[in-house]
This record gives sequence, structure tokens and C-alpha cells, in this order.
Amino acid sequence: MVYARRLDGRKFDEMRQIEAKVGIIKRADGSAMFRFGNTIAYAAVYGPRNLYPKFLQDPSKGILRCHYNMMPFSSAGERVRPGGSRRSKEISMVTKNALLPIVNLEEYPNSVVDVFIELPQTEAGSRCAGICAASMALADAGLIMKDLVAAVCVGRVDDRVVVDLDYSEESYSGIVADIPIAYLPTLDKLTLLQMDGIVPKETLMEALKLGLKACMKINELQKKALKQKYITEGVEDAQ
Amino acid sequence: MHNELKSQVLKLLASGLRLDGRKATEYRKPIKVEYGFTKTAEGSAKVTIGDTEVIAGVKLEIMTPYPDTPDQGSIMVGAELLPLSSPEFELGPPGNQAIELARVVDRGIRESKAIDFKALCIEPGVKAWMVVIDLCTINDAGNLFDVCALAALAALKNAKFPKYEDGKIDYRTKTSEELPLQEEPISVTVLKIGNHFIVDPDNEEELVAEARLTVAIMSDGSLCALQKGGEFAIKLEDVNQMIGIASDGSKALREAL
Repeated sequence: MVYARRLDGRKFDEMRQIEAKVGIIKRADGSAMFRFGNTIAYAAVYGPRNLYPKFLQDPSKGILRCHYNMMPFSSAGERVRPGGSRRSKEISMVTKNALLPIVNLEEYPNSVVDVFIELPQTEAGSRCAGICAASMALADAGLIMKDLVAAVCVGRVDDRVVVDLDYSEESYSGIVADIPIAYLPTLDKLTLLQMDGIVPKETLMEALKLGLKACMKINELQKKALKQKYITEGVEDAQ
Repeated sequence: MHNELKSQVLKLLASGLRLDGRKATEYRKPIKVEYGFTKTAEGSAKVTIGDTEVIAGVKLEIMTPYPDTPDQGSIMVGAELLPLSSPEFELGPPGNQAIELARVVDRGIRESKAIDFKALCIEPGVKAWMVVIDLCTINDAGNLFDVCALAALAALKNAKFPKYEDGKIDYRTKTSEELPLQEEPISVTVLKIGNHFIVDPDNEEELVAEARLTVAIMSDGSLCALQKGGEFAIKLEDVNQMIGIASDGSKALREAL
């Protein structure tokens, strides 16, 4: 089959509308919001703070904990029962692995950095939105970091390679594969790579290349949002 | 515990002021209600009072009516004190604080007959609508009781039934039919610190408060639910005074709806 035109009219390499903001949760040490179209992720960072029970402490470095959660009303279908699922546990884990390489945890011995990701509204791409928000929240918390992480979903719909699939594409009747990735733009490395669906190797590499380009764009928006917090209204930029 | 803080708060209150400069019966600003905050819910609202933010979402489900009320639907309220919203909240199943919060919000709605349960019935004894209200805290800067109650009511006002056909709910198609609402209860929580009474406490005032009274007030001013909290005992005249303050306070919240 030929997927001539995307269901929502976007270009094949075009992401849904993106919104990025930091410092949205006052009580957190760092926080951010990241939105792909109708998928909204909030992230809050608490720490580095003391870690209890004490036997979990590591004197050589701090530990990172991530928790991904969908709010009960965040799915367009039935209510999501609170309390976590196998899915949310796995996503919490891959999110942690996506973020671990960027935080200099050896700076925070015996401590923990907690990352909480909450989704008030989802429509495909929630783990990627969560990772994007979490990475900004870590930076907003002032942690020592090597890089930011940008994440996006790429995939195939019939014969075409597309970026940032929405619900209508994920549930499309033809052949669909989705590939969430997370990318470190400065270090030029991937920290998340998953795939659901059948994809020939050449198509996969093509999709990943498209994904990296999209991640570079996300990275720019993340940096812009982080700087935005420090721009005081009425003061002209020195440049 | 918190003796220093408490003496500071009391000293200020004696001169009619609070830590953030407010008067005793003054709410923080802004008081903001954003309807339809979450598109995936049947109804939703984000409520902000000062720095406290809560999202409420309504999902509608099909239930079998309870045997003692076969011609009625029902409601269920859940509160999640998300660890994202405060360094004091931890992961895990809802604790006492979250359960009390959810039950107090539930009672305000249930006892005021805000929703006509009979109008939720689809087929007596077989099928009825269950209105599930979930409250998620985004930032806890104090007074979650009033913010959650207001958010729950706003989400109910915003809700539309999904399409229901052949015994199945099509969540992706909303109808224009609203919930059968017949009352709008407002909850106001009054705290007692020393001999002083305050509304809309911040985190620090909650720490040093001796007693708490949450009052749910209907549009005609009558009361429909009460909850006393805190470890100290209160006198009858305290109750009288606290209810008076709550009634006055409810006006500011009702205006925000």
C-alpha cells in the first residue's frame, strides 16, 4: 500500500506542535512541561536529596530514580486505574536508562535524584514527551550534566518513513511500526531505542536518521525554553 | 515541633497579618479555574489558588446499580497526592491524607445532591452511569481541600457524556449532553491557630495549625458536609465562628466558577 499523505496533513518529517516550558512546579527543585500535539508531559525533579533506607546509598555516586505515570483521566479510552501497570514500570525503567548517561551522579555521593513524570493527557508518544520534559527538569534543577536528551517517535506507515506518529497513525489499518528513540545531541549517542512492528533494516536506518534530525530540532526548543526562564521582561537582550 | 514557626505566625496574627502579608480571611491570588484542561477526560478543570494547582478529571463508566438503589447511578472520587507536587509526598498507594481528602470532596458533592443520581440510571437494576472524579495535585502550596473540591465541581460542570450505543461507550465521540447537575457546593477550610482563625492556609500555616474545619456550603448558604481535622479539641463557639468565616469565604470561590 502507498501512504501518500499523512492522516493529519503533516509533512512526513514534520512533528506535531511542540510546546516546552520550565519551572512550572514551584515546590520542585526543577520542573518542566513538554507537549507533542495532544500529548502533555509534566516532569518534576527532587534532589539531590538524602537517600533512605540508608543501605541503598552509594558512597561513590548518587542514584537516579524515575517514575512514569499516566493520570487516571489521561487516556481517550477507559479510565486508567491508578497504581501503575507493567507498562508504566517498563517505561519508568527505559526512561531512567535514557537519562542516566547525562547526569554526573558521581558529584552527588550517597544521594538520590528523583524524577517524577506525570501525563495529564496522552495521544501517542508519551514516553518521548516524558523524557524530553525530564531532561529539561534535570537541567532546571541545576544538576551537573553532560548533555540534554531529546526524544521522539519515528516509524513506518506502509511504505513511508514518518516522524512523531499520532494516535491515528499508530492505529492505522496498514503496516505500522513505531520506534521511540532518545538522542544526546552533543555526545551523538542514542539512549533509548525500542521498536514495535516489522521494518527492513534499510528503512530502519532511514527512519533513525530522520529521528536524529527531529531530535536536533527538539534540542533547540529545549535550550530555548531553559533560557526563557532567565529572560526578564522589559530587558533587552545584550546581543 | 515547629515552635519557632508557630510563635512567629501567632505574633503576626496578633497584629492582623500572615506570613505572606494577607489578612486572616483573605484567599491567595489568583483564584483561577481553567475548564477543559484535559481533552481525554469527559470533563476536566485545572484550579489554581495562589501557588497551589490541582487538575480534576471526570471519566464516565457503566456500573451495575447498588442493590439498595437500583434506579440510581453513583460517583467515585479519588485523590492522588503526586510525589511530583511536593517533596513530602511519596510513591505508593493512597495514604490517610489522600483518602481523607478524597472522601471529604466526595461528601460535599454527594450530600449536596449536586448530581441527580436518578438521572444517571440507564436501565433500573442493570445499568447506570458511574461518574469517576480523579484529583491530581500538580503543586501543593497548601489548602488542597478547597482547591480539590473546587476542581472537582468545575470538572463536573465541564463534563459531557460520551456516545453510548448498543451497551458500549464510544469515548472518542462526545455528545453535547451535560451531567445532571442541580447544585454547586463550595468547600471552605478554616484553620485555628492559637485564638485566631484563617482561611486558605499555606504549607507553613498547615504545619502549625491546631484544628481544621472543612465546611461544604450550598448556593443558598446551607451546609451539607463537615469535617473536623487536626489533633486539638475545639469549642462549640469555635465551630460557630469557623462556619461563619467559611460562609463568607465561599463567596470568593463561587465567583471564580
